[in-house]
Amino acid sequence: MLDTAPAVRKPPGRKAAGARIRRRPRLGPYLLIAPTVIVIALLMFWPMVQIGIMSFQKVGNRQLRGEPAEQVGTENFDKILSDPFFWQTFRNTVLFAVVAVTLTMLVGTLVGLLLNKLGKRMSAFVSGGVMIAWATPPVTAAIIFSWLFGTTGGLVNWCLDLLPDALIGGGWADHNWFATPLSTYTVLTVCVVWQSCPFVAVSVLAGLKSVPSELYEAARVDGSGPWRTFWSITYPLLKPIFMVLLVMSVIWDFKVFTQLFIMSGLANRDAFNLSLYAFSEAFGSLNPKLGMGSAIALVLTMILLVVTALYVRVMVRQGETK
Amino acid sequence: MKRARRYLLNATGLVVFVLAVFPVFWMASTAFKPNTEIFSTTPRPLPAHPTLEHFDLVLNGGIAEVSFWAYFRNSAVLALVTVVVSSLLALLAATAVARFRFRFRTTFLVMLLVVQMVPLEALVIPLFLDLKKLGMLDSLPGLVLVYIGFAVPFAIWMLRGFVAAVPKELEEAAAIDGAGPIRTFFTVLLPLVAPGLVATSIFSFITAWNEFIFAYTFLDDQGKYTLPIMLQFFFGRSGNAWGPIMAASTLLTIPVIVFFLFVQRRMVSGLTAGAVKG
Repeated sequence: MLDTAPAVRKPPGRKAAGARIRRRPRLGPYLLIAPTVIVIALLMFWPMVQIGIMSFQKVGNRQLRGEPAEQVGTENFDKILSDPFFWQTFRNTVLFAVVAVTLTMLVGTLVGLLLNKLGKRMSAFVSGGVMIAWATPPVTAAIIFSWLFGTTGGLVNWCLDLLPDALIGGGWADHNWFATPLSTYTVLTVCVVWQSCPFVAVSVLAGLKSVPSELYEAARVDGSGPWRTFWSITYPLLKPIFMVLLVMSVIWDFKVFTQLFIMSGLANRDAFNLSLYAFSEAFGSLNPKLGMGSAIALVLTMILLVVTALYVRVMVRQGETK
Repeated sequence: MKRARRYLLNATGLVVFVLAVFPVFWMASTAFKPNTEIFSTTPRPLPAHPTLEHFDLVLNGGIAEVSFWAYFRNSAVLALVTVVVSSLLALLAATAVARFRFRFRTTFLVMLLVVQMVPLEALVIPLFLDLKKLGMLDSLPGLVLVYIGFAVPFAIWMLRGFVAAVPKELEEAAAIDGAGPIRTFFTVLLPLVAPGLVATSIFSFITAWNEFIFAYTFLDDQGKYTLPIMLQFFFGRSGNAWGPIMAASTLLTIPVIVFFLFVQRRMVSGLTAGAVKG
């Protein structure tokens, strides 16, 4: 990214003007960032602190009516960590993230490589189409896939029913995809991967454009196949991009909420992930347990914080914060 | 051989295109199909007898007690206020970051990165309580406040590149000609970063337009629902009325897709900018 902020080299004659401009605004930059800092402090940092505080409290209907919160020590954590249901949602979250991130990175990279190989017009056409998947609002995406995988009239069931029974078994015509957690997550994975691999594809494409074509020509002259070329040229050069994409995908897929909420809802507890579980504890019943919800949210945040630290490290190393 | 390879590549490209577009195409196609075709045992890609009945139902009431245009207005107002305020804040902060070296500058940039990664889903609980205390829970101003907080960090990150790209000499020239910092800002910097401002605005617009979990949790009164909430509510209540559901989804999706195609190139460079430098 272009950044003219550091006053690198100045022709000698301009020194005076440069110094004047630099010295003038002592308070200037602080005034400029002040509104943002206040907004972020109030809307992000303070709530994060509150999650920390509330996860050691009991916050329910009484507190919503204005009574002071009850300190319960580590009770919330004792409860969730010894509850097999928590570990089930934890497993759902991690398994989904692993599968979805792997598929997103794999499919996204392949599509990015393909876009790079296509002619200019065809590449623009295909990436335009791929963008549409990315642009679709999560709520709409979840509803469209619920319809595609619908029990009555769903296109996927219709297609599967057409295939020979010997291949995939029969009885697909009225298969309910949202009956078990495993098949719910299958639909969720398809939906999320469909939406998130365009971002990977377009970023990989942008990266590939920056690789000097001489390198690929040299590799071809030396008789390197596509597999080898990818691992010895493309991957090492685009490693920073892959790192950023990987971290972002992990974070996005770890906390997926809207799509799962629409597809499976609060009634279907077996298919909960951590964000849905936290939400359901806090708001899902007439007896809200906001402290418990906070404790679960804190666990989720802590995991993501580790991933975020990795992300920040990569970005700082690349000089993004210069 | 070479031609065969080209042919194969283009064919693969087409397959990718179809797979990417198909779900959205199916949504729009279903929206125009009469019910007999939607639930037909042999589904066809395009409606044989296109109808506007589902759009009519969605647009002219019938799906909920409140008219579609009320939801549309709520969503549009939320998105517009978010865009205006967050762009303003982002422009100020981006100028600071791109133009000045100051203590805590790196801290500020790292903070922006960290904040973008915070799971918003976790913040619902404390923000719900905070807004409740302030009496802003079931209100659009309360929601707008939250959206601004979400949109600003990325907007700054994206905009600072645009500000930095404006040659500093132009501002120095204006200063030498006697323009004060405020005048310089409005006559030199602002016109030149306008394209960047458009790009970040569209991003902020989409953030607010698509947002689901906060609107769902905070809003109680149906008259204040936004489009995604209306859609979810309608979907939950009338499970199998796929025609109207798809018509409503289409209406929600079209503005986003149009804006998105307009801005996507800049968004990618904003998100992973500099990752391939050197």
